[in-house]
Amino acid sequence: MQVVEAGPAVAVRGLTKRFGAAPNVLEDVSLAVAEGEFLCILGASGCGKSTLLGLVADLDQPTAGSVEVLGGKPSLMFQEPALFPWLTARENVELALRLKGVGKQDRRERARDLLELVRLKDAGTKRVHELSGGMRQRVAMARALAQDSHVLLMDEPFAALDAITRDVLHEELVRIRESQKLTVLFVTHNVREAVRLGDRVVLLSSRPGRVVKEYDVNIGQPRRIESPEVAALSVAITDDLRSEIRRHGGQS
Amino acid sequence: MSLLGDRSSGPADDLAQLEAGLDALESQREQKTSRLRKAWAATWPPLVFLALLVGVWQLVYNAKVVDPVRLPSPSDTVNSLKDQFNAGDLQKASWNSVRRGALGFLASLAIATPLGLLVGRVKPVRRAVGPILSGLQSLPSVAWVPAAILWFGLSDTTIYFVVLMGAVPSIANGMVSGLDQVPPLFLRVGRVLGARGLASARHVLLPAALPGYVGGLRQGWAFSWRSLMAAELIARSPDLGLGVGQLLDLSRQNLDTAGVFAGIISILVIGIAVELCVFAPLERQVLRRRGLVAATV
Ligand SMILES: Nc1ncnc2c1ncn2[C@@H]1O[C@H](COP(=O)(O)OP(=O)(O)OP(=O)(O)O)[C@@H](O)[C@H]1O
Ligand SMILES: [Mg+2]
Repeated sequence: MQVVEAGPAVAVRGLTKRFGAAPNVLEDVSLAVAEGEFLCILGASGCGKSTLLGLVADLDQPTAGSVEVLGGKPSLMFQEPALFPWLTARENVELALRLKGVGKQDRRERARDLLELVRLKDAGTKRVHELSGGMRQRVAMARALAQDSHVLLMDEPFAALDAITRDVLHEELVRIRESQKLTVLFVTHNVREAVRLGDRVVLLSSRPGRVVKEYDVNIGQPRRIESPEVAALSVAITDDLRSEIRRHGGQS
Repeated sequence: MSLLGDRSSGPADDLAQLEAGLDALESQREQKTSRLRKAWAATWPPLVFLALLVGVWQLVYNAKVVDPVRLPSPSDTVNSLKDQFNAGDLQKASWNSVRRGALGFLASLAIATPLGLLVGRVKPVRRAVGPILSGLQSLPSVAWVPAAILWFGLSDTTIYFVVLMGAVPSIANGMVSGLDQVPPLFLRVGRVLGARGLASARHVLLPAALPGYVGGLRQGWAFSWRSLMAAELIARSPDLGLGVGQLLDLSRQNLDTAGVFAGIISILVIGIAVELCVFAPLERQVLRRRGLVAATV
């Protein structure tokens, strides 16, 4: 992977994916995420968002098209925290460091710092089942950050959380992304969440998933999900999303 | 610390406090019950049941429903156990049987673990060996005793062979089902984190399969012990050291019903003791670490 100056951090070109003989899940998706950008991909349930991230993370092979990630392997946060239940919170983070080849001494220290970053420094010895949903996602975030890649892929990480916790974690994510200078590709079906977080929002159609439209979010951070600016753009995007979904009703 | 950036600002502190509040509200509070009380709560119901059982036994004996030669009283049985103990036979036989059981179990472990891994992870092996392995689990290993005697004579080899045939399928099947229960998501997480090949097996696959494997071990011990007793009851010769099974059969030959009852009881007690002291705690430990059993039970 050649480091091209000022190139996009993630370049997705003409990506198509289908499983077996089923129709295309993704069709000719092209995207570029600039370095340091926070890009939200918005799409209805089942439109292929997780599939797209799996391709970008190199977990699956595309049917056609290519993916290029600057600086190697991106880290990925899954829809569920997917922490290993046989390890403590700290050990989960340490495992990521260990698999990267970080030495034992450094591991401890780095894991402590990372847990402090997600404000869980006292929960390090807890086991996964002792943590709340929000805490689990924060440990998962610390584990993803432990990979030390500049690109973070996030697959609806907050979908399963209650609104209050989600709101807090939005704020947390914005803070961490700024302090760590991360490039983020964030996938969600929640319009307001996309507008709350993203510098840019890309709307994906369903069956097949294609890029329908892009929106620049010119609202300064810190934003609030209840603010009128966020609401206004959300309304516009929701309208587009609905007319996109309506198309499918007409076909059948 | 450098990771944290500027913490002096007000809003950041507010957020930290808010988060701490949420964490405190949402985390489950640990309930502390004393160990002693827990142990007591688990001990008394079976003890009461046991006392009832002995009571009924005594009543039946007193009522003389069954010929006393066929049914000894509880005290006769206890006396018989005492006699066996005083003669030193009980200790010697128990030790021999436990040693055989443990050795046979360890050998089964060494064979079944790689076998289970192979069947669980290699598709062609699974198709070929899998059905036979689960079929073998339902074959009582006593069925192997005659064959083993023909092949190996009345020797230790016969006994160990029967134990192996009993325990290997359970342990291997436990490993296979443990591997089957590993959520595919864990393997994907492992790959994202950069675990491949051996590293993935060591850090993701095997720990994730552990609960099923430990369940298999527990069952494997039960099968080892049963098979061992079957072998000891049938294969008797002066060359073989005295085991609990042989002791039991000796009592039968002497028409010593109390001795037979004492034999059954010692086999049962040893089996339960190993289960309670080794396998139950092991399984509980593995499950509790993962939050799969309530901490209060
Ligand atoms: N491994 C697979 N084999 C076959 N079909 C698959 C596979 N993975 C995904 N699909 C199909 O692809 C489509 C998109 O799935 P995907 O999980 O990517 O959607 P999503 O946008 O992430 O949905 P959600 O919002 O529910 O998470 C679905 O119709 C799903 O059935
Ligand atoms: Mg998904």
